[in-house]
Amino acid sequence: MDRTLADVADARDGRLLEIAEVTGTGAASRRLREIGFCTGAPVRFLRRAPLGDPAMYELRGALLSLRRSEAQRIRVHRAAP
Amino acid sequence: MTALVRLRPSEAARRPGRIAILGAPNSGKTTLFNALTGHRAKAGNYPGVTVDRREGDLQSRFGADDVRLIDLPGVYSLQPQSEDETVAVRVLEGGFGEPAPEGVVVVVDATTIERGLPLLAEAAALGLPVCVALTMIDELKARHGEIDPKELQEELGVPVVGVVGNRGLGIDDLGALVSSPWDWTASPSLLHGAEARTPEDRFAWARAVLGACRRQAPEPNRWTRRLDRLLLHPIVGSAVFLTFVAFFFQAIFTWATPAMDFLSGLMDGLADQVLATLPDTALTRLMADGVIRGVGAVIVFLPQIVLLFAVILFLEGCGYMARAAFVVDRVMGWVGLEGRCFIALLSSYACAVPGIMATRTIPSPRDRLTTILVAPFATCSARLPVYLLLIAAFIPADPVLGPFTWQGLTLMGLYFLGTAAALLSAAVFKRGLLRGAALPFYLELPPYRLPRPSDIALGVWDRGKLFLRRAGTIILAVSVVLWFLLNLPRRPADPELSVVENQRMVLEGSYAASAGRLLEPVFAPMDFDWRVNVGLVASQAAREVMVATLAQIYAQEGQDEEGLGVLLAGSGEGGTAPLLSRASALALLVYFAFAMQCMSTLAVIRRETGGWRWPAFTFAYMNALAWLGAWLTFVLASAAGA
Ligand SMILES: Nc1nc2c(ncn2[C@@H]2O[C@H](COP(=O)(O)OP(=O)(O)OP(=O)(O)O)[C@@H](O)[C@H]2O)c(=O)[nH]1
Ligand SMILES: [Mg+2]
Repeated sequence: MDRTLADVADARDGRLLEIAEVTGTGAASRRLREIGFCTGAPVRFLRRAPLGDPAMYELRGALLSLRRSEAQRIRVHRAAP
Repeated sequence: MTALVRLRPSEAARRPGRIAILGAPNSGKTTLFNALTGHRAKAGNYPGVTVDRREGDLQSRFGADDVRLIDLPGVYSLQPQSEDETVAVRVLEGGFGEPAPEGVVVVVDATTIERGLPLLAEAAALGLPVCVALTMIDELKARHGEIDPKELQEELGVPVVGVVGNRGLGIDDLGALVSSPWDWTASPSLLHGAEARTPEDRFAWARAVLGACRRQAPEPNRWTRRLDRLLLHPIVGSAVFLTFVAFFFQAIFTWATPAMDFLSGLMDGLADQVLATLPDTALTRLMADGVIRGVGAVIVFLPQIVLLFAVILFLEGCGYMARAAFVVDRVMGWVGLEGRCFIALLSSYACAVPGIMATRTIPSPRDRLTTILVAPFATCSARLPVYLLLIAAFIPADPVLGPFTWQGLTLMGLYFLGTAAALLSAAVFKRGLLRGAALPFYLELPPYRLPRPSDIALGVWDRGKLFLRRAGTIILAVSVVLWFLLNLPRRPADPELSVVENQRMVLEGSYAASAGRLLEPVFAPMDFDWRVNVGLVASQAAREVMVATLAQIYAQEGQDEEGLGVLLAGSGEGGTAPLLSRASALALLVYFAFAMQCMSTLAVIRRETGGWRWPAFTFAYMNALAWLGAWLTFVLASAAGA
C-alpha cells in the first residue's frame, strides 16, 4: 500500500488520509492543531472553492476550510485500511 | 470574612452567582443562553455570531433566583488569537472588573463531540467547576448517531445534559443544574484530561473518553453534501445566488409597494386630518408637516425594511454566510484580506455597527482595522429609504428581462457599488498603510439548517421595532429642529399672496435656506440646489433624514398632493421645475452609497480602535470619495444625456 507523504493541499479525491504531522511551531500551526488537525487524525478532502482556493476538508465530523498556504503545513499519508 | 466562609459555608457562600457559557463557535451557546434567560440575543448558523460577553438572569421558572448567565464568544481553545476569543478568556479569568464565574457550562455540539471535548479539558484546568451541555441532539439522532449523556457523565464525573436548545428540550434539566455548581465534581479521567498540555494530548484524551462510552458516530450530513454540491458549484452556484439576489431586489419594488402605498395613504390622511380639524397655528403645522409628513415619509418604508431583514435573517440562519466567505475568500486574498472579513462585511448590510463589532473574529489586527475602515461602505438599511425614493422617482420601471425591471437592477447595482467600494478601498489600504503578512485562514462550515419561521419572525419584529424607534427618536428630533429652521425667521404674511405662496416666501428666506445656499459652492458641480444641501447636512445625523427633509420641504411648498417622488422628478401636474435632473439624482445616489453619515458608526469605530484617529480618517476619506464619486457620476451621466 502506498503510504508516501504529501501535504493535504495536494489531495485530489475523497480518499481518507491520515495526518502525519503539522509543520511549523508558530501560532498558526498551533491553531491548526487546536481545531483538530493533529497527528493521527483522519482527514478527507471534499472540494475546492469555485475559484480554486480555499478547499473544504472533513475532519472529525466537521467541515473545515483552509487556504492552500495553510493546507501545505499539514503532512498526510493514506490512512491504513 | 473569607475565614468565616471557610469555617461555616453560609447561605451567601452557596449563592450560585455567575455561570459562564463556553464552547466552540456555532455550538449553540447563545441559543441556550436565550432559552435559559428569556433574552433574544442574536444567534445564527455561522461561527462568530457572538463577539462580546452578555449577561442575563436565569428565568425564575427554573426554581432558582440569583443565577446570572454569561454568554461568551465561541473559542476553539483558551489560547486566544483574536479579539472575541480574548473576551471569552478574560471573563473566565475574572477580567472586566468582575470576579471569575462560579461555574462554566461547556457547550459541546453532539454531532462533532470529539472536537468539543478538548475545550472541556482546558476549562477544567482553570479550576472552575464545569458541566456539559450536549447540543444538537436532534441532528445527531436524525443522522443515526447515538450517545448516552448518562454514560458520558459517568466517565467525566461532571453533569452532562443533552439538549435541543432551539426547541427547549432538556432546558429544564440544564436550568435546574446551573444553580448548584458546587455539586459538579470532575472524575479522575477529566482531571487527567485537564493536565494535558498540547492539543494532541487533549484530542487523544477526548478519543479515550468516547471510547469508554457506547457511541454511534453520526452519518455524514446528506443534505449538506447535496446543497454544497449545488451551491458551491462554480456555475450553478453563482447562477442560484444571482437569481436569488435579483429576485430579492425586485421584490422590494414589486411586493412591498402595496403595503407601502397603504402606509403612505395612512400618513397623508392623518396629516390632512390634523390640518383640517386643529386650528391653523404654527403648532398644527409643525405636527402635520414636521412630524407626520416628515417622519411619516421614513416610516412608509417599513415593509421594505421588514423584507430586507427577513432575507438577511434567513441567510444568517441557514448556513450560507460561511459558504459565501468560502467562495469569496480567493477574491479577499487578492484584496489582501480573508474570508472572515467578508462575513463582517456581510453583517454590515444590516447595519455597520454590528458589522464592525463582527471584525473581532479576525485574528490579524491589520486585517481587522482595514475591515473596520471599509465596512461602512456596505449598504446598510438606513440607505434603503433614500435609494428607494430616488430610484422610484428617476428610474423607469420598464422591464428588462422577465420579472426584472430597471428599478430592481439599479438597486442591485447600488448594493454591488457599495461592495466594490469596500473591496477596492481595502485593497488600497492593505497595499499602503496597513500592509502586513496574511495570518492563517481557517473557517468552519456549519451544516445547512432550516431557520425556524418563529425565530425569523421574532428577529424581524425586533428589527422593525428598532426602525420605528429610530424614526420616533432621532429622525423625529431632527425633523422638528429642521421644521423650525425651515420656518424661521417669521415674516408678516403678505395679504396679496395665497397661503401657499406665503409659505414659500418663508421657506426661501429661512435659516435652513441660507445654510443650504452657503453650501452651494460645494455641491454646485453636481447641480444640487439648496434644498438637497439642507437634506445632506441633516442626514449627517441619520441617513433617512434626507427623505424626511425633502418630504417636509415639499409639504411646506404646498405640493404634498402628488407624492414626493413625482415632485422630485418634476413630472407632476403643477408643472413645477424638478428638484433634480436625472444626472443629479444619480449623483445623489452615488453620494449616499459612499458617504459616511452615521454617528453611531463613528462611535463604534472609536470604541473598537481606541481613539478618534480612525473614525476621523473614515469620515474624511469616505466623504471625499462620496463627493468625487457623485461628481464623476454627474459628469458621465450628463455626457450620456441622462
Ligand atoms: N438542530 C439544532 N440546532 C441548534 C441547536 N442549538 C442551536 N442550534 C442552531 O445552531 C446555530 C448556532 O447557534 P448559536 O446559538 O448562534 O451558536 P453559538 O454557539 O452562540 O455561536 P457563536 O456565537 O457564533 O459562537 C443556530 O442556527 C441555531 O439555531 C440544537 O440543539 N439543535
Ligand atoms: Mg453565540
